[in-house]
Amino acid sequence: MMRFTISLFITLALFWLMNSGHYTSLLLILGAISVALVIFVSHRMGLVDAESQPLHLMLRLPSYYAWLFKEIVLSNIKVVKHILLGNQSINPAIVTIKTNAKTDLAKVILANSITLTPGTVAVELEGDQITVHALLEEDLEALSNGEMDRRVCHLEKS
Amino acid sequence: MEQFIELLSGISLLIGSLLCIAGGIGLLRFPDFYTRMHAAGVTDTLATTMIIIGLVLLNPGALVVMKLITILLLILLTSPTAGHALAKAAYRSGLKPFIKNHKNHQESKSSKR
Repeated sequence: MMRFTISLFITLALFWLMNSGHYTSLLLILGAISVALVIFVSHRMGLVDAESQPLHLMLRLPSYYAWLFKEIVLSNIKVVKHILLGNQSINPAIVTIKTNAKTDLAKVILANSITLTPGTVAVELEGDQITVHALLEEDLEALSNGEMDRRVCHLEKS
Repeated sequence: MEQFIELLSGISLLIGSLLCIAGGIGLLRFPDFYTRMHAAGVTDTLATTMIIIGLVLLNPGALVVMKLITILLLILLTSPTAGHALAKAAYRSGLKPFIKNHKNHQESKSSKR
């Protein structure tokens, strides 16, 4: 619990410093008070836990983000190409795929990653089933092969 | 060197704007709600990223750069969440996705008759 509080404090303090840009002692004290207030309220709401501060993912997240960014760029190019080619070239499909992710956090990361790459949208997430709508049927095949799923599972293993 | 970075920034902004326009065209062109959401996804992700990269390259000072990056992260976090909420609402209320399939097409035609 303690390390989540510390990480929340560091995040909030950095956020405050970055948004303020004034470093006089009065404003710094006011900032410290507001950070303490936010931490107090988050504790009372039960928000300070491994879900809001996923510290165990921190080491693996950057490489996942790099891979996700590459996927986003590639699928963007593909979708723009099909926008220019028009309605004849698209082949929309909707399909339910199974995920191996165990924790809620990993499932949300997976579903959000699917939605973030244009061309695929996660429509529904229930248990370990994700319903995905895709602009092109072959995108769905790539998804059910499970490269993204495997990477998310690797992310949650610790 | 400075001119080169300015040029790079201009190119990024231009690509971002073109992607925004492409997203808009797709929004008008595609046949149904779900496919239009994919077109909107282009504006959400790469277009915003390119525009913000272009602005960062103009080197407006560390604080502004940090704020721009915060904006980018916020957009990349909220847009898939909002997109998912939209799609789920449509799916739950029974909006059928448009499927381009000859069999289905003929079936739907014959059922109309």
